[in-house]
Amino acid sequence: MTTAISVRDLGKQYKIGAAQQKFQYNMFRDVIMDTLMTPVRIYRALRGQGMRGAASTSLIWALKDISFDLEEGKVLGIVGRNGAGKSTLLKILSRVTEPTVGTVSVRGRVGSLLEVGTGFHPELTGRENIYMNGAILGMKSAEIDRKFDEIVDFSEVGQFIDTPVKRYSSGMYLRLAFAVAAHLEPEILVVDEVLAVGDAEFQRKCLGKMNDVAQQGRTVLFVSHNMSAILRLTQEAIVLKKGQLIKRAPTAEAVDYYLSSGQAESGERIWGVEDIPVTSAPFKPVAIRIKDRSGKVVDTVRSTESVTVEWEYQLDAPITGLRVGMYLSSMRGEYIFTSFDTDDAAQFEQFGARKAGRYISRCEVPADFFNEGRYSLGVNASSFAVRRYFMDENALSFNVDISGAPGTQWPEVRQGPVRPRLDWKIEKID
Amino acid sequence: MSEIIKHEPTTIYIKPSKGLAALNLRDLWLYRELVYFMIWREVKVRYKQTMLGAAWAIIQPIMNMIVFSVLFGGIAKLKTDGNIPYPIFTFTGLLPWGLFVAALNQASRSLTSNQNMVSKIYFPRLVLPLASVLSGLVDFVIAFVILIGMMVYYRVMPTANVLWALPAFLLLAIVTALGVALWLSAINVQYRDVNYALPFLTQFWFFISPVAYSSGLISEKWQLVYSLNPMAGVVNGFRWALLGVGNGPDAGLWISVGIALVILISGLYYFRNMEKTFADTI
Repeated sequence: MTTAISVRDLGKQYKIGAAQQKFQYNMFRDVIMDTLMTPVRIYRALRGQGMRGAASTSLIWALKDISFDLEEGKVLGIVGRNGAGKSTLLKILSRVTEPTVGTVSVRGRVGSLLEVGTGFHPELTGRENIYMNGAILGMKSAEIDRKFDEIVDFSEVGQFIDTPVKRYSSGMYLRLAFAVAAHLEPEILVVDEVLAVGDAEFQRKCLGKMNDVAQQGRTVLFVSHNMSAILRLTQEAIVLKKGQLIKRAPTAEAVDYYLSSGQAESGERIWGVEDIPVTSAPFKPVAIRIKDRSGKVVDTVRSTESVTVEWEYQLDAPITGLRVGMYLSSMRGEYIFTSFDTDDAAQFEQFGARKAGRYISRCEVPADFFNEGRYSLGVNASSFAVRRYFMDENALSFNVDISGAPGTQWPEVRQGPVRPRLDWKIEKID
Repeated sequence: MSEIIKHEPTTIYIKPSKGLAALNLRDLWLYRELVYFMIWREVKVRYKQTMLGAAWAIIQPIMNMIVFSVLFGGIAKLKTDGNIPYPIFTFTGLLPWGLFVAALNQASRSLTSNQNMVSKIYFPRLVLPLASVLSGLVDFVIAFVILIGMMVYYRVMPTANVLWALPAFLLLAIVTALGVALWLSAINVQYRDVNYALPFLTQFWFFISPVAYSSGLISEKWQLVYSLNPMAGVVNGFRWALLGVGNGPDAGLWISVGIALVILISGLYYFRNMEKTFADTI
């Protein structure tokens, strides 16, 4: 077997800190101060200290000491929390950004399904954009000529092919963009599902395409938070944690390791400063906890008792239209429910606009809800149709113990993520 | 089913580039089709949803010519070289000048306005400013037709030198524009101040270039300093080739050429050196 990708001691360092803060003017006073400080800043920039000033700059390793080889034709899953370095790794492999240290050798063309529609121009027609986008992705025009009909068929926009894409619906736009990317036929395909745009149908299509590519014997790197997709589509996976490769194993084992070690914070997840993206300001998550009936923070809950989920967060500035909530999903990645603290209209009246300060949003999941197994809790804080402040699809996971639950007198596995106690009535009608 | 499978895939080595990164012009050559497509896209899109369309390519220099003719030719009565009528004198200068300014305006924004391309895909970043600069040639050719018309009207015969000199001076204009554009576009990735400073830069540059006046107005002892501006060499060269006025290639021209090359080469190195962090800082 030949090696498709070989990564040696790879590291990528980023400057964090002032760059983002710089343009977050909260007060007019800051603007004035900033203007007055301009000469100082220019002086520093000229002396090579950069706009940020030495004091407020800090460097972090987004990736450190990563080494692995991947044989041709293999499908490798990459799992890890947000900020673990997954996307950075893919960006280095596709040469978008340079590593700080280390080397990578890549055999063949790297294509990615995260770059769909890049370079599309709204004023150009579908036909023109196919050529444009193809050239950007590295196709020769002869190659595009040959695949043109196939691309148009695949995109299902045939009759609008000579219409400017600004007149397309967003679905048509995405289909066309995806069709071009899907026909690039690179030796190595990189899929970052975390960044994937579009509706569920579109994402399904992405995964389908990825499967096809894998079956043609090409090399695929797949990043996802969806464990069931990782389990289904990859044979092997690596686990990244804080920029380091901590595990490489057959997928089932790696996923198991990730779920049990990566999230191991025993019923409580506390966000440190470095875990919170700057873009989430003014929303700042503090902690999320799972508590049993007695108020104790627990890792394992009993399905026969109600469970309290508590999310503590800080608002550095008032937010209007805020809703803070959670997704519950099974370990296989299926969603079970989504719920927000201001789902109730009266509650939204009262708390839709929240002043700066520290809050706890607390809810109770009733008894007799969970089935046996492990569940994952995701969190989301957003203003509907305005902005998503913070999201972590895998904030916390916990176990459910089902002793005493309905049907436990039979020692069998019950299908389905929920195990409600239903009110059965049995009537004899004859 | 695909031609890629047939030939042996090439191995790419990715590692941090040390010091002044190699220029890697080979990559640019591999992506030459992209340069072509980007030029084509810029040209195609430039006058979309305008009423007058490509006519803008000639309206702009003609309006400038009229304003200058009234102000400088009519009111200030600036002398032109060799009794050439002022309108055609200034129009000959406005052609390469328009190319230069449009190139700077387009190219300095070329990276930031294609932000999602830069932050998502690999391709030689040089493609973007290069295509912006070259796309100006289309407008140049359209406006050139007007110049030919004016030459017929004013009965001005071009010199025989026009055949080699015009392409050569056009190349000098492009080299200068590309060099400055490389600096500006790379700086613009980190410091958007470029967008605000550029109008002043081009205005200042306009006044130190002999577009509205003749470089003969500059006193002898300042001529050498004056020719440090490559655009002075370009404009004078255009007039010499097309209208047969001025000295033609002299020591000053070689200074212009030298400066233009210094700007281009330093621009290339600066650009390549900044290129590795474009995706992170844009």
